Amino acid sequence: MKEKIRIASGQGFWGDLIDAPYNQVTKGDVDYLVMDYLAEVTMSILQKQKNKNPELGYAKDIPPLMKRILPVCKEKGIKVITNGGGVNPTACANEILKVAKELEITDLKVAVILGDDIRERIDEIIEAGCELNNMETGESIIPLKDKLLSANVYFGAFPIVDALKQGADIVITGRTTDTGLTLAPMIYEFGWDNKNYDLLSAGTVAGHILECGAQASGGNLLADWQSVENFAEIGFPIAEAFSNGEVIITKHENLGGKVSVETVSEQLVYEIGNPKDYITPDCIADFTSIKLEELGKNKVKVYDVKGLPETEFYKVSCSYASGYSAVGSLTYSWPQALTKAKAADQILRKRMENLNLNFEEIRTEYVGYNSSHGPLSKDLDEDNINEIMLRIAVRSQDKNSVERFGKEIAPLILTGPPSVTGFAGGRPRPSEVVAYWPALIPKKLVQPEVKIMEL
Amino acid sequence: MKIKLIDIAHGRSGDKGDAANVGIIAYDDKGYEIIEKYLTAEKVKKHFEGITLGEVERFELPNIRALNFMLHNTLGGGGTVSLKHDAQGKTLAAALLRMELEIDD
Repeated sequence: MKEKIRIASGQGFWGDLIDAPYNQVTKGDVDYLVMDYLAEVTMSILQKQKNKNPELGYAKDIPPLMKRILPVCKEKGIKVITNGGGVNPTACANEILKVAKELEITDLKVAVILGDDIRERIDEIIEAGCELNNMETGESIIPLKDKLLSANVYFGAFPIVDALKQGADIVITGRTTDTGLTLAPMIYEFGWDNKNYDLLSAGTVAGHILECGAQASGGNLLADWQSVENFAEIGFPIAEAFSNGEVIITKHENLGGKVSVETVSEQLVYEIGNPKDYITPDCIADFTSIKLEELGKNKVKVYDVKGLPETEFYKVSCSYASGYSAVGSLTYSWPQALTKAKAADQILRKRMENLNLNFEEIRTEYVGYNSSHGPLSKDLDEDNINEIMLRIAVRSQDKNSVERFGKEIAPLILTGPPSVTGFAGGRPRPSEVVAYWPALIPKKLVQPEVKIMEL
Repeated sequence: MKIKLIDIAHGRSGDKGDAANVGIIAYDDKGYEIIEKYLTAEKVKKHFEGITLGEVERFELPNIRALNFMLHNTLGGGGTVSLKHDAQGKTLAAALLRMELEIDD
C-alpha cells in the first residue's frame, strides 16, 4: 500500500483547455490524471450523436488527447480516469486501443464501466416499482418515457476501484460522479474500507475541489483575481492525497495560477446545497467539518473531513426534448444607446404580436447594462454609454414561431432606430431545448459492470 | 455604520437546476461574525427581488467562514430551458457582494 499519491485534474468540463491534461502529465510528477467531461447537457448531445452513428457518443477530444499523453503515461506509470465515455464508453475504449496500436504500445489495459445507461430499461424499471419520480416536483416519469433523450445513473467510485484492481491503466466511464473519479484511486491505493465514511468523505471533498479544473487554482477567483500569476499558462490543481485522508491541494510550480485558502474555499462552496449533506453514491460528506490550512505558497492542506453512510439510492439524470429556443442580438451605439435598444425591443415585440407568434417566454436583456445583475444594475448615464447590445431570446413548443423570430431581427437595422450594427452571424436558428428530469433509483435495480479491453 | 459586503467577503455562485447557489466567504473571523449576524436569508431575498422568485435558504459553514445561500426559482428554468444570458448564475455572487450592510458599531 502506498502512503501518498498525486492526483491531477485535467479537465473541468468538455471544452476546457485542451493542453491542460498534457501539461499535468509532463510538467511534473503525478500518479493519476482525472478528467471530468460531462455536464448534464452533454449526455443528451452525446446520445443524439450515438443515435446517428452507433460508433459515437463519447467525448471526441479523448482519442487525440490520448495520442499525445499515452507515451508519457506509459513511461511514467500514470493512470487515467475519465467519465468522457459518455453514452458509449466501449466505442471510446476501442478508439484508445487503436491509438495505442498506432503508437506501437504493446501492453495496455483499458477498463470501461457500463450499466449507467438505463434509457432502454425504463419500462422494466417502472415495472419493478420505481417510477423515477421527479426529485423536485414528485411527478412520475411515465407520461414522458417515450420522449427521453437520455437516462443515466450516477455511479460512484467503487466500479472504478474494481477496474483498477483488475489492472486497468485507463478507466473510461459513462455517467460517474465527478468526485468518484478522484476518490477511486485513493480507495484503491490506500486500501480504504468501504465503510470508513470519514475517509470516503475526505476523498470526495478532494474530488469536489478538483472537478472544475482550474477553478480551484486561480481561475474565476473573485478574491483579488489580479493576484493570480500567469493566467495564460494556468496550472490545474493537483491533490496530494495521504492514506490517513489528509489532502494537500497544489499545482505544478512551473505553471501559472494560484492555490490558496481563498481559491480552495471558493471551489468548496461552488454548486453545493446543504453543506452537511453532500450526497454521493459513496458517502454523505459533511462540508461543515472541512478544515483548511495554508502550508506555504500554492499548498493548502484539507483535513479533518467527516462523513456519513451512503443512501440506498443512486441519482438518475434524464433529459427530454421540450421545444425550441433562439437568441438574437444587435448593438446600438452612442448617442442614446440604451433608449434605442429599448425602442427596438418594443418594435420587435409589436411585430411578433401582429404575426400571432406563440412563445412560452420572450426575454430581453441589455448587455452592457443589466444582463448579469438585472434589477440590481445601477442606472446608466446615457451620455457616457458608448454602446449597448440588445439581446432577445425566445422559447416555444412551436418551431415555426421560433424560426420566424429569427427572421425578424436583421430587418430592425433598416426599419428601426439608428446607429445599429452587430448582425454578422446570420439569422438565429431554432435550437432544441433539452429539459432535465432528476430522479432517484434504488441501488439494487442497477448493476455497474466493469469490462476490460486490452491489446 | 454601513459597510460594503465586497470589502469583507468574496464568493462564488453556480446553478443547481433552476436554483442558484451563492457561497459568500468572509476574509477573516471578524468578517464572518458580521455576515453570520447580518447577512440573513431575508436580506438576501429582498436584495434579489425581481431575480429570485422562490425562497432563499441559508446554510452556515463556520469552518471556512462561509455562508451558502440557495436561491430557488432564479435561473429562468435552468439548463438549456433558460433564456437568460447568465443561465447558470455565474455572476450572482458578485451581485450579492453589491450589498451594503448596516451594522452596529
